[in-house]
Amino acid sequence: MNRVKISVTINGESREADVWAGESLLNALRDGFGLPGSKNACEQGECGSCSVLLDGELVCACLVLAAQAAGHEVTTVEGLSGAEGTHRVQRAFVDAGAVQCGFCTPGLVVTTAALLERIPDPSDDEIREALSGNLCRCTGYAKIFDAVRLAAQP
Amino acid sequence: MSAAPARTLELGRVGDPVRRSDGIPKVTGEFAYSSDLFAAGMLWGKTVRSPHAHARITDIDVSEAARLPGVHAVLTHEDVPGQKTYGLEFPDQPVLAFERVRYFGEAVALVAAEEPEQARRAAAAVRIEYEPLEPVTDMERATEQAPLHPDRPTMTHGYLDDPRPNVVRHMTIRHGDPDAAGEISVSGVYDVGIQDQAFLGPESGLAVPDGEGGIDIYVATQWLHVDRDQVAPCLDLPPEQVRIHLAGVGGAFGGREDLSMQLHGALLALHTNRPVKIVYNRQESFVGHIHRHPARIWCEHRATRGGKLVNVRMRILLDGGAYASSSTAVTSNAASFAVGPYAVTNALIESTSVYTNNPPCGAMRGFGAVQTCFAGEAQMDKLAAALRIDPIELRLRNALGPGDVLPTGQRIDGSLPVAEVIRKAAALKPPPAEELPREAIRLPGGAGNTTRGEGVRRGVGFAVGFKNICYSEGFDDFTAARVVLRDEGPAEIHCAAAEVGQGVSDVILQVARTELGRDDVVLAPSGTAHVGSAGSASASRMTWMAAGAVQLACRAALEERERRDSSDVDVERIYRHPRTTPLDPETGQITGERAHVAFAVAAMRVVAEVDVELGLTRIVWIGTAQDVGKAINPLAVEGQIEGGTAQGLGLALMEEIQTRDGLITNASFTDYLIPTTLDMPPVVSELVEVEEPSAPYGLKGVGEPPTVVSTAAIVSALRAASGRDLTRVPVRPDDIVGL
Repeated sequence: MNRVKISVTINGESREADVWAGESLLNALRDGFGLPGSKNACEQGECGSCSVLLDGELVCACLVLAAQAAGHEVTTVEGLSGAEGTHRVQRAFVDAGAVQCGFCTPGLVVTTAALLERIPDPSDDEIREALSGNLCRCTGYAKIFDAVRLAAQP
Repeated sequence: MSAAPARTLELGRVGDPVRRSDGIPKVTGEFAYSSDLFAAGMLWGKTVRSPHAHARITDIDVSEAARLPGVHAVLTHEDVPGQKTYGLEFPDQPVLAFERVRYFGEAVALVAAEEPEQARRAAAAVRIEYEPLEPVTDMERATEQAPLHPDRPTMTHGYLDDPRPNVVRHMTIRHGDPDAAGEISVSGVYDVGIQDQAFLGPESGLAVPDGEGGIDIYVATQWLHVDRDQVAPCLDLPPEQVRIHLAGVGGAFGGREDLSMQLHGALLALHTNRPVKIVYNRQESFVGHIHRHPARIWCEHRATRGGKLVNVRMRILLDGGAYASSSTAVTSNAASFAVGPYAVTNALIESTSVYTNNPPCGAMRGFGAVQTCFAGEAQMDKLAAALRIDPIELRLRNALGPGDVLPTGQRIDGSLPVAEVIRKAAALKPPPAEELPREAIRLPGGAGNTTRGEGVRRGVGFAVGFKNICYSEGFDDFTAARVVLRDEGPAEIHCAAAEVGQGVSDVILQVARTELGRDDVVLAPSGTAHVGSAGSASASRMTWMAAGAVQLACRAALEERERRDSSDVDVERIYRHPRTTPLDPETGQITGERAHVAFAVAAMRVVAEVDVELGLTRIVWIGTAQDVGKAINPLAVEGQIEGGTAQGLGLALMEEIQTRDGLITNASFTDYLIPTTLDMPPVVSELVEVEEPSAPYGLKGVGEPPTVVSTAAIVSALRAASGRDLTRVPVRPDDIVGL
């Protein structure tokens, strides 16, 4: 199997790996870089559980080839927590009861962080649209809306 | 939608809104799900599955696959050292198919290789010769076709011995005079498609050989000990050499009751003497687990002109697919709750499940009651219309209550506030109708921008759902818990209850903090090695049973410490709920005091809009009241109600596994749709707390009633909006337009 060497900036750190040329960024993150926080619910761009930021842009890591990410910056859910601890979106998801099985949570946390970056105080319709690419099977989304509103509070 | 959530607590006691103990690891990505596990020297396993729904296997050639780079093992049924078949209740399913395959996606061979891609290529290189056979795909004709299981594995288990081919279970509940006439009668035939649990965490796990012939299996499951008891005989190992450990579970909803990769991973690991990881992709997940039974239900409701039910007659047919799984229990549950929470003096309920070559069906949230609630509540609306009585008033006139008798002859001796739940839901005020024009996102069709609202009609629907809590029909059910107190350090709780996302870990911690009167309590990882069985995270039973067991063990630990005057104690206790007995196989009547332990009811009011020209729908608002006994963690209870409602909405509007000649044609999230934020409206939920006398703290399980009621309530609203009968779920655009 053809392998390629890639160098990617992940969560602010320059990383290198030797990956199969056909590998997705998602699998490279999970298996190659030891960052399994991005999830593998569908691996075909339908569920949003692998949402990451690629040069600040929200993408499904399963739809990006690992080799395409070479030379770019990737932020995963693991990278949202900083020196000051967890990200406010992460705390809001716990406080609002927006986490059940939690498999969709990393993707939703990244998507919400990207939304609030773009629109600091979103309306319900804006939340509805921004989160519509992230499937959650446990919560029915009500508490996820609560979490987004909580995180958006100044 | 509420503005901001109530303040949640870190270290709550029983009744407090508690923040999840696994919340922080889940939001930071650190929580280890079964698909995140790694071990040094690990191989990747892959399952080779049947492309046919029904075929004879004439040859399997593994030689080419075995020669490919990185491949360590290619196994078939010949490599299964012990029992060749397994099953949740009846061992009718081959570990790896031999002689024939009975459904699309049935496991035939296994491979293990160094890299996932090598395993995929090796799986594709296994040569299997099939001779296709005519598939049994029509559940109505199944009992006239050649038997798929000539040895009739589900017969002679105390069920009626039905001589017809392919019957999994047939039963009849005869109550009062089944021929009693009413002054008015309404009839209907209702269909339910195949729903999938569609949990987001795919089936996955890691099997690690222990070097002494035994195996440790880390897996996402609902019942650790029953997994062990199915795995061990197939591996020809004593149960203690098979240790099942709960890995992080990405949702379950019934779909993890049956085995997935447990046996396959263990076979590969023991064969290669290397840890083996198996992770299904989404397509494999859709074929790799059982689904909710599709059903056809014939109903006739007879009543007086005053709106009192006189006689309910229903015939229920369920397609169990290729293997039994839990079909026998689903058959009986569908029958037990067919009438709904209504008092009726006469009833004739016939319920049958059959084997076919369609995808195997088993447990999914609601377990038979979802299908019959959809049919029964449609009938109640139809009866109300025929009698010109308000549908809510009709339900109140027939509401079941404590002291009333069910069609099985069981008297309601616990709490069952049907009328109160109906009144509370009916009192919830829907929002006023929205004016036109409005943003596309608030119209049927949504962001598709299909209409300005000309063809949009609004309707309000109502339904009541009813289901048992805990296992039924004489199942000897129990949960073990162990409490370790030491001189120093936190109190340690052991319980094998599967945390599947529902929050049972927090319930256990809340109960332990309450009973021990201290905050420093930890819950040990769930496994089979250090504590007895907890039973299954199913049947809305886990909170009840785990709370009962932990309460018992905590109290025993405190007594023990007092008695022995020692700070070090280690006690294990087993909790049992009130005993049930089987239903009579001939009459469907109880043979003791009860066939079911307890019951819960939920009522739901729904506002829907439909575009009568395009057949598109928008659910605007949902208000529900649910009988919860006592909310142990109100935040988690609301989460169960909201999430359970969403799954019922999925069945009402969009979710269906589609098949052609038994082959699944939509095994992906591209083609099998589940509700998104664009589909789910706000849910207003009211908790009705009437304590259940036989349960710890008076609690009831809460997971299933919202799923039971919401499909029926949503379709009721769609009928009101569209003026159509809508006798089938999921409702399709064509049904609304009337094509």
